[in-house]
Amino acid sequence: MNNWFKSGSPWIWMTAGSVSVALIAVLGLVALIAWRGLSFFWPADIYEFHFSDTERQTIIGEIYEREQIPVTRLSDAGADVSQIEGEFVTRYLVKIGNRELVPLDFTWILEPDVVSMDTPKDLVVLERARNGNFYGYLHDVLENGESVISSGDDIKVELRERMARALELRNEAEAISKGPIARINYELEQLRLDRRRLQLDNSYTEAAEAEIQAQEEALRAEYREIEQGLFAVRAESERDGVIMIDMRGEEVRMSMNMVLNATWANDMNLLQKWGYFFSQIGKFLTEDPRESNTEGGVFPAIFGTVFMVLLMSVIVTPFGVIAAIYLHEYAGKNSVTKLIRIAVINLAGVPSIVYGVFGLGFFVYMVGGTLDQIFYPESLPNPTFGTPGVLWSALTLAILTLPVVIVSTEEGLSRIPSAVREGSLALGATKAETIWRIILPMASPAIMTGLILAVARAAGEVAPLMLVGVVKSAPALPVDGNFPYLHLDRKFMHLGFHIYDVGFQSPNVEAARPLVYATSFLLITVIVGLNLTAIGVRNRLREKFRALEH
Amino acid sequence: MITVNTDSKLDKIDVNALTEEQTALSIRDLDLYYGETQALDGISMDIPKGRVTAFIGPSGCGKSTLLRCINRMNDLVDTCRVDGEILLHGDNIYDRNVDVAALRRKVGMVFQRPNPFPKSIYENVVYGLRLMGVNDRRTLDEVVERSLKGAALWNEVKDRLKESAFSLSGGQQQRLVIARAIAIEPEVLLLDEPTSALDPISTLTIEELITELKSQFTVVIVTHNMQQAARVSDQTAFLYMGKLIEYTDTNALFTTPSMKQTEDYITGRYG
Repeated sequence: MNNWFKSGSPWIWMTAGSVSVALIAVLGLVALIAWRGLSFFWPADIYEFHFSDTERQTIIGEIYEREQIPVTRLSDAGADVSQIEGEFVTRYLVKIGNRELVPLDFTWILEPDVVSMDTPKDLVVLERARNGNFYGYLHDVLENGESVISSGDDIKVELRERMARALELRNEAEAISKGPIARINYELEQLRLDRRRLQLDNSYTEAAEAEIQAQEEALRAEYREIEQGLFAVRAESERDGVIMIDMRGEEVRMSMNMVLNATWANDMNLLQKWGYFFSQIGKFLTEDPRESNTEGGVFPAIFGTVFMVLLMSVIVTPFGVIAAIYLHEYAGKNSVTKLIRIAVINLAGVPSIVYGVFGLGFFVYMVGGTLDQIFYPESLPNPTFGTPGVLWSALTLAILTLPVVIVSTEEGLSRIPSAVREGSLALGATKAETIWRIILPMASPAIMTGLILAVARAAGEVAPLMLVGVVKSAPALPVDGNFPYLHLDRKFMHLGFHIYDVGFQSPNVEAARPLVYATSFLLITVIVGLNLTAIGVRNRLREKFRALEH
Repeated sequence: MITVNTDSKLDKIDVNALTEEQTALSIRDLDLYYGETQALDGISMDIPKGRVTAFIGPSGCGKSTLLRCINRMNDLVDTCRVDGEILLHGDNIYDRNVDVAALRRKVGMVFQRPNPFPKSIYENVVYGLRLMGVNDRRTLDEVVERSLKGAALWNEVKDRLKESAFSLSGGQQQRLVIARAIAIEPEVLLLDEPTSALDPISTLTIEELITELKSQFTVVIVTHNMQQAARVSDQTAFLYMGKLIEYTDTNALFTTPSMKQTEDYITGRYG
């Protein structure tokens, strides 16, 4: 035993053990999130439950969760447990959907109550634009309120065709309202601001007034025309409908433009299930959220997160590098420099919410408010930059991550062999020329390391953003087709905040829970993706500026 | 005893009585301190034009420090303080209004270890010219060819000028660094133990190169290798404990040293 200790093996075991624990923890976490997040997109079987007591109706839905609970807990809660044998009983949480017809779209079922549960092949799930999923049987396909087809295998084909048509019209309507209508609204707002600007300048002449009014009139006329088109498209998309039978056995009519997708989940083979799985993931990544974020996709949040992080990188890199160059190359090596360096390093330890408060006070109110008074007096009292927005978020996070960039850049600078500096100086270069032509390129891998750490920190940061720019639902992306294309004053959506909002602020927590996992997994993927890109760039730079190796 | 190769040597001149025309550099009463420590003590010597001058001496004697005074590389050391003068064309290079970058263009330097920049072979050679704002392709191409030929490297690298300088061997890198230094046509070339990190064959190539270089440049070389000093230099200075002990014709210094300390050193009694 003593020899075993002397051999150093326990030390190796201990270190390897720590690494394993860390590795298992990380992999376990990622696996858990990935599993729970991704299984949300897999087509679940839909069950029809029948009960022994005739008063209770059939229940149709997908099993959300199964759990074993002790019988005593049931009897404590006042349930009748005389029929139940054993100590534990299985309880199902079933998602029954049909939100507009039932008070709760989730229900608990005790296994002993169930006489039979089957998965009929013609059970269908309708994904709807409002009120979540609908579970039931397809009864009729309607055109202008008249039944077109009500039985046979062709009904699926008919439904799919009409659904595709309605979806196309829906997309067309959305394209109109997001395209030309949004543009006209934007231009009208610009005209209003033009008028206000002229009034403030006291140069609002009758000629100017006439011109602005003419432009407004032209825009309004165009608007009415487009609006007519929009109404026509909408009316057209209301043509078809569908009659469903829900679990109570009642007929439910709905318009086809509400139906986004119909799935016969019990009738799918494995290949179809995989196809469905990937198409659901695709929709999640590319679509806008619906129904206060509990349905639909997260595209604006992905876009907002990536855009904000890129903007932050663009701001923090030059600042951090310049500061590091001053500290390392120019500042005297005395106690003041040391003090500054310690202060910078300690900045990294300040809680992020403090940066949020600082950003709100300094950037939003002070800088933004001043900008508004100087450049946007016409839109006051409505703030332009004097309100949280993506620019202020990026700046706040840039300050938050500045220490990381400074510290790693300084480390990179001090790793450069003095022989290379001397070589450059000996050829008649000044210090600035040496830094610009030799030192900075050689330090670029270290700068990238700093940026990688900064991105990793910033992409996951939520607390300060809640004060300086993130919102639950942003009406428009910070980049669009209206001049000047980049709207840094706009608020934006963020995956981190989306998780918080969906998970904890949602009206339907149970329905939103898988979305929390899916969004978390996506956030991790986005951060890892951003980091891998930066690491790829760094490795290329490293290869290029490999320091002297002897 | 050290054998002195007299084939490549120039005519003997009296280094302690040079005319103004023969002088490249004059060092006058040079003292140098690192903080409180005195590293050089009252050095006075004239370095002749178009010849190879070697500084020898045991480790820590101040020979490298003296060399680095000539192009003011010691300025990089914060605690370093210099008294006395070094005259180049009669002007003191330690004057307040001297442009150090311009001085270093006139006095080039090659260091102990090859220190190519992380750039292509071509860009390494033209680095000094680019600093001076020369960007004309033809001029640069000419300079690259001339400098690499001058450094006896042209034939080995002419087909791969765009490759990284790190792809060269140590000896080639050192010749590249010499090519880089002579590309800006300095008057004086300082070599700080240029072969101490190289293998014997590369050392030989560099030594031959040094003999070539003196036709165009004044060369000052620091070496801890006495055979090398004997082989390549025309005159040799022996430094000990920051003082110049003896400075004379290489042949004379190695065959008939006039000072006891010099004799002890070259016969290997210390150092």
